[in-house]
Order: sequence, then C-alpha cells, then structure tokens
Amino acid sequence: MTLLPALPTPKKLGLVIDLDVCVGCHACVVNCKEWNTGGYGSALSDQAPYGADVSGAWLNRVHTFEVVPEGGEIVGEAGEARIVHFPKSCLHCEDAPCVTVCPTGASYKRAEDGIVLVDEDMCIGCGLCAWACPYGAREMDLAAGVMKKCTLCIDRIYNETMEEADRQPACVRTCPANARHFGDFSDPQSAVSIMTMERGGMDLMPEQGTRPVNKYLPPRPRKSLAAGAPLMPLAENTDGAKGFFAWLDGVLERI
Amino acid sequence: MHPAPSIIVFTTLSGLGYGLAAILGLGLLDPSLTLTKVAHVLALLMIAIGLLSSTLHLGNPQRAWRALSQWRSSWLSREGVMAILTFLPLLWSAWASVIESRYLVLPGLLGTVLAGVTVYCTAMIYASLKSVQAWHTPLTPLCYLLFAAAGGSLLGAFFAMAGRNSGLFLLLLALLFTIAAWVVKIAWRRNMDGLVPLSTPETATGLGNIGRVRLFERPHMTENYLTREMGFRIARKHAVKLRRLALLLGGLLPAALVFMLLVTTVAGAGGGLAAILAMTLAVISHIIGMLAERWLFFAEARHAVMNYYGG
Ligand code: SF4
Ligand code: SF4
Repeated sequence: MTLLPALPTPKKLGLVIDLDVCVGCHACVVNCKEWNTGGYGSALSDQAPYGADVSGAWLNRVHTFEVVPEGGEIVGEAGEARIVHFPKSCLHCEDAPCVTVCPTGASYKRAEDGIVLVDEDMCIGCGLCAWACPYGAREMDLAAGVMKKCTLCIDRIYNETMEEADRQPACVRTCPANARHFGDFSDPQSAVSIMTMERGGMDLMPEQGTRPVNKYLPPRPRKSLAAGAPLMPLAENTDGAKGFFAWLDGVLERI
Repeated sequence: MHPAPSIIVFTTLSGLGYGLAAILGLGLLDPSLTLTKVAHVLALLMIAIGLLSSTLHLGNPQRAWRALSQWRSSWLSREGVMAILTFLPLLWSAWASVIESRYLVLPGLLGTVLAGVTVYCTAMIYASLKSVQAWHTPLTPLCYLLFAAAGGSLLGAFFAMAGRNSGLFLLLLALLFTIAAWVVKIAWRRNMDGLVPLSTPETATGLGNIGRVRLFERPHMTENYLTREMGFRIARKHAVKLRRLALLLGGLLPAALVFMLLVTTVAGAGGGLAAILAMTLAVISHIIGMLAERWLFFAEARHAVMNYYGG
C-alpha cells in the first residue's frame, strides 16, 4: 500500500549521524553491504566485481565534502576550509515521496515504527521511487531487477536471537568512531532525541518537504590553527616554575 | 536524467497514438473510407507499441500487472489504469469503423476524453517529482497534451489529404495545436533556464552556514546506478543545436507545410499528390522533432541527488 500511514507513527525509528565525529573510514558502508547481502531480500549484487568498471548496489555510502568559509581559500587566513565526511543512507522520511509514487504497492512505510521498506516480491523494478527520492537513497539491484534500500536492519533490531547489544543497525554497531546512533525519535527522552536537541540536529534538504526522520549533527565550530598556538608553553619560559623546578631554575641561573 | 530510449519511444509513440485516437473520436474522418480504418488500427498500434516499450526498462516485467493497484497515490499506476480503460472505447470505435463503416458518437467522444486523461497521467508522472525541478511545473502536462493534440491532428490531416478529403478543419487544428504546443514548450524552457535551484550542495549537506560546499570525494571511484540514471549531462553546445533542431522539425517545418496546404485549399487548388506528399513530410518531420524534444526533456533535467555527486 503506497498511501502513507497516519502520522506520526507510534514509534519513529531512525539514525543520528554525527558529522563532527565521522572520520570517513567507510566501515559502516562495508558492514552494511556485508549484513544486507545475506539479510533481508535478495543479495546486493555487484556488476563486473573484479573488473575495472566495478559497480553495485549499496544502501549506505560515504561522501566527502570540502566546506570553504568566506575568505577560507587561502590557508591561514580568515577561516580555514575543512573536510566533512558525510555518510548517507535512507532517512526514512515522514512524507516519503518514494512511497507514494510506487505503482505496485511494493514500497511502503510501516505504520508501527515508520521504517520505509520495499517488498521485493511485488517490485517490478520501474525505478520511479529512485527518481522520487531527492537523496539518492535507493539503488536498483541489476541482477534481481528490484529496488534496494536501507531497511534500518529490520532483521537485526527486532531479532531476539541476537545479543541485546547487537540489536542495532549494522552501520551503527560497527562504527569505530561512534558517529552513528540508532533510536526512537518519538520518545523525547531517547538518546537520539536528546542528542538532536542539544547539538542542533538538522534535516537534509528541508525544502524538498520530505520531513526526514534521520538527523545530522553539524560539525562543532573549530578554532583556527593560529588561535591554538599560544597554548603551547615555550621552552625558554620558566616564569611559572614551582618547587624543585623553581630551585633548579635558580641554581642554573646562578652558575 | 538519463534519456532512456524505451521511455522516449514510449512517450512519443503513445502521445501520437492517443492524439490520433482523440481526433478519430471526434468523427472528423469519414468512417467508411479504408484510410480511416487504417488510421484506427494505426492509433491502436502506436499506443500498444508505446506501452510495450515502456515495460522494456522494467527489472521484472512479468509482474507489470501489479502496477495497476496503487492508483490512489501513484501517477504511474493511474496511467496504467487509464491506458487500459481507454482501450475499451478505442476498440469499440475501431470496430465500428473497420467492420461496420460507422462512426459512433458515444465511444468516440469517450475515447477522446479518456485519451486526453491518459496523456495527462503520463505527464504527471514527471510533473509530480519535486526532485526534478525542471519537470515540476503545470506546464509539463500542458506540453504533453498539446503535443499529443498537434501530432494527432497532423496525422488526422494526413489521412484526410490521402483520402482526398478537403480536411480544411483538420489542417486548421493541426496548425493551431502545433503553434500552441511550441509556444507552451518555449515557455517551459524559459522556466527551466531561469530556475534558481531549489536544493544546493549547501542544503543537501546542511553545511551551508559554515561555508561553500564542494564535493571532495565521491563514495566510490566508479559510476553507480544513481550517477548513471540521474547524472546524465549534455554539453551546452549540443543542447542548443538539438533545441533548434527539435523546434525546426517538430514545429516550424510541419506548421509551414500545413499553412501552405491551408492556403492552397482555401484558394481551391488543394488536394492531389503534392498535398499528400507535403502532409507525409510534415508528419515525418514532426515525429523526428518530437523524438529530439523528448530526448532533451530527459537529458536537460537535473536531479536533486546530483548535489551529492558534484553534478
Ligand atoms: S530518504 Fe529517499 S528512500 Fe528514504 S524515505 Fe526519504 S525519500 Fe524515501
Ligand atoms: S522500483 Fe519497485 S519499489 Fe520502486 S516504484 Fe517501482 S515497483 Fe515500486
């Protein structure tokens, strides 16, 4: 059913991605592919996997951007350019345009927790949902001819045969920098809600009207390199020396 | 957007087919003439081939019937449903003409209306996508409808000429619709050329308040489904040439030929082999122009996802 469920859904499951912390190691990308190629639905195929022109379906990708503030083109001048690693997977939008365009009913948003899924047995592989998503969160699997997307690891998060600690999306579980967090945004006391509030979590492309559930925490303001320099104590300076070092300083001064 | 041949052929052929069917539905051609019978069959064939071609790009065409189920939310589904519904009056009209040499008002007019609705649904598949800003305007369905009407009346005028009818009214329709379609299309292009991008790399990453955002590294070295499907870019100089070609072949040449035929017909010197040849040329030129126009419709449209891919 491609009509959207009544909003808000009782649970609003999604991710918080901390752009201040992500180091761009692509571990989440690899673990996502690893888990999902054997998990929900058909395998995530690659085309020409050992050729020069390898490509395939991935549900999570890390882009890297350079952000240049006003005057930041010259190193050491006002504001320095910075690199921001940017993981991106389905944002499980509340007003998901990918769902309503689907002609078959394969795409749907779950009424209970808001997860956006594709029922691969119904998907005809028309690709319209990938056109409708402004974020590029859907990729066609060229071997199976069906649309693939992030399932929020639905086969992990409710999986009672797994250890409690593992009932998280594969990307969250594997992130060595702890840049990804999973939780329920409908609960204002959840860690993801609190993080979003405290750090000013933001929506991507709010102007597209999709109302994404996933939130991105902006990089913290950075001090310029020059501003950090005076903090380094200079070796010639002994003014603040105390105790033994003050005595030693005195002795060395006299001889 | 990637200009997939199957979709270009589909929108062009089904537009022509529905246009011709709509003209036939108005009863402007003598139903007992063999040529009118041929026109009925041709309209149905163009529609059918167009629809078949549209299923060529599906990953699992054997399940295509499922696409009829979500008409409450999906324009693609609505289009499928309308295409099938429209076949009923069109087949009825074709039967009446081919077998019984009759024109029936009820299926005729119903077919004309439903053909229009189907073309509208096709256009709305594109116009409803906010992620492709150039398409997201009411001018898009207006273009599709007017081009279908122009193509249909050009074909109608051709059959009228070939059947040695005067076809004055059809010639007039063809001229008016061709001009109207291109006026709206040029307005559509102006709109596209003047767009301020709704989404930018800054809004896409949320990093705009730190500074200007530029892609530093793509997620993978090679192309992927998204960049192949949505990252198509056409060189500006080629776009300009193709735009001129589309306008010339799709609009100016057919309109000029139709205008000449109109003048000669009014002067009482119409008809004859020259008129048939002129109309044949007008129709062929229009079809080639439309293929170029549809190719550009996809090739020139930019998708919001390219904000993440530096395109
Ligand atoms: S991110 Fe894209 S695929 Fe995911 S719910 Fe939003 S529109 Fe749909
Ligand atoms: S590709 Fe599949 S999920 Fe996407 S719109 Fe088409 S049928 Fe629906």
